[in-house]
Amino acid sequence: MAKKVKFKLDGREIEADEGRLVIDAAKDAGVNIPHYCYHPALGNPGNCRMCVVEVAGAPKPQVSCRTPVREGLDVKTESEPIKRARAAMLELHLVNHPLDCPVCDQAGECGLQNYYMEIGQYQSQVRENKDHKGKRIEVGPHVMLDQERCILCTRCTRFVDNVTKTHELGIFRRGHSERVELTPGLILDNAYSGNVVDVCPVGALTDRDFRYKVRVWYLDETDSICTGCSRGCNISVHTNTKRPWHNDGKRVARLKPRHNHDVNGHWMCDDGRYGIGALDSGRLGRVLKLTPERRDASWESAAEEIAKALKAGGVAFVASGMLSNEDWAAAKELFAGAKLYFCPEPDQIGVEDDFLRRREKVPNLKGAEALGLKSGSFDELARDLESGKVKTLYVVERDLAKIWGAERAKALIAKAAFRVYQGPNKNELSESFDFRLPATAYVEESGHFTNFEGKVQAYCKALEPIGQARPDAEIFRLIAAAAPAARREVAA
Amino acid sequence: MTVKAVERPKRTLATQIYLIEVWKGLAITFRHLFVNLYRHLLRRPDASVTIQYPEDPAVLGRRARTRHRLLKRDDGAPRCTACLLCETICPAKCIRITAENAPDAMIEKRAKTFQIDLGMCVYCGYCVEACPVDAIHMDADDVDTSRYSRKDMIWDMAELMGDKPKRPSAPVADR
Repeated sequence: MAKKVKFKLDGREIEADEGRLVIDAAKDAGVNIPHYCYHPALGNPGNCRMCVVEVAGAPKPQVSCRTPVREGLDVKTESEPIKRARAAMLELHLVNHPLDCPVCDQAGECGLQNYYMEIGQYQSQVRENKDHKGKRIEVGPHVMLDQERCILCTRCTRFVDNVTKTHELGIFRRGHSERVELTPGLILDNAYSGNVVDVCPVGALTDRDFRYKVRVWYLDETDSICTGCSRGCNISVHTNTKRPWHNDGKRVARLKPRHNHDVNGHWMCDDGRYGIGALDSGRLGRVLKLTPERRDASWESAAEEIAKALKAGGVAFVASGMLSNEDWAAAKELFAGAKLYFCPEPDQIGVEDDFLRRREKVPNLKGAEALGLKSGSFDELARDLESGKVKTLYVVERDLAKIWGAERAKALIAKAAFRVYQGPNKNELSESFDFRLPATAYVEESGHFTNFEGKVQAYCKALEPIGQARPDAEIFRLIAAAAPAARREVAA
Repeated sequence: MTVKAVERPKRTLATQIYLIEVWKGLAITFRHLFVNLYRHLLRRPDASVTIQYPEDPAVLGRRARTRHRLLKRDDGAPRCTACLLCETICPAKCIRITAENAPDAMIEKRAKTFQIDLGMCVYCGYCVEACPVDAIHMDADDVDTSRYSRKDMIWDMAELMGDKPKRPSAPVADR
């Protein structure tokens, strides 16, 4: 434990750890000091000079991101000289900035805009022409660079130097022609490249995926958990529902990481960030009975029929780590006595690294484990289907074609007498079942995921479900309620 | 206190027979008739006129706010950079824009589609105020915007720029 010291902030007596930066201590006390270059995870080069504060005894304003707290320090953040100094610094940052906010995707969440409205001097004294640099440079598959908008805070270069250690970006040239550029021979193509867009306080680095899709002030933010792997990175889901003609009609506009020191820090990987494209493609919206002929069914009639089949025994339940803890608990009750298959096969196994990405590409295998559920192997399931041991096959959100190949999967599924598919999206095989039940995607429900370390994290509902879709747990409970007697028998 | 108590007028025979008030009203009507007649006889410009609209064209003030018009650059490309400020400020939510990359890197962004639903527009002129590139004006001097269906009230980008005549509207058959 660091020693606690008392210091004065705008005349208030405040207690903080000795040696803590004034900018951090002020933030803890609810005073936000404007800054660009300082980032808690990327260090404090002190080059933007925006965070200047008045320190009693010092002849000149001091940068609060390099001033440690000590006993008796007297800091003023809102005095007249400081306001003037900040306005002057902001004017310097804007000397070569093109002020093209109308066409800039950062507009609405831009550090320059925000501080200009707060502390700008509104009347520029600069009479020189602006320097022109490179515009619309595709530095990587996900990131677009505009050198004119850059204020040279070096957050992006510090990210690629210190966090990913891949060094794709650097500051090149000198003086007024200084600019952020790609290191010769490299492109910004690492697994975490999207984060430089988040750390960029201005519109110099923007998302190519999100480019001109929708203005940020139309978006709603909801706290959620990334479902890309079992790390469980904390994210914000940014949804566009107020003006559906934007963003090509897609409801989820982008994902942004949310700070959680214990799980993902400030970051998330590109696989998770850009893995939202398929979310709304081929959504199931209606309860369908596909055999003997295709027709709409009601939830009640479907539940009754399924409950009857479950009662007969010989049930195989196929799922994946996409289910929430609530879903697992309901499934455990409904499918007690059934054989469960949810282990990740090659369809859900991917690249792992020593930073965030985990091998199993589903968020919640630990949740099933914590409930004491055991998964059989898919080879065993194939054998049981082949021999006719499986009477009822209940698949939740898993594409068996990706495990067995389309031909073989189709043949194996046909062996079961009664087949149910439940999930948010269509897949290659979703037509070869007897019932097709629409479930909500994770952005349309609230629940909890347990990450690979056993941390239970909540995610919130960001959107309304499509059509008749219901959360998985609700469907399981509905079926259980349709035949309570059946459930007791299976359980026994 | 902002409330001021006013005493109710006394009811007298003169007010209760109404005839005096009727005569007063008629006097005003006839004063207007004769004053206007007199002005017409002298061909004075302040004589009031009835325009036979729509047979005769409407006479609009020079600063009248009428139907929107999208302006072009010198090379004929639309001035609009699809910043969506007009769509954002529009209180009637009658503007719909989608954006795309402009071929010129210095322009960067342009509108892919631009629609104004004149059936919803309240002609407030905020879109003109908000536009940072002077791309939209409300000076087409066109007040004949009524159409037979709501769909036909929507103007697209080419129509607003004057590149394409507004598609004709046909009456919808009786149901």
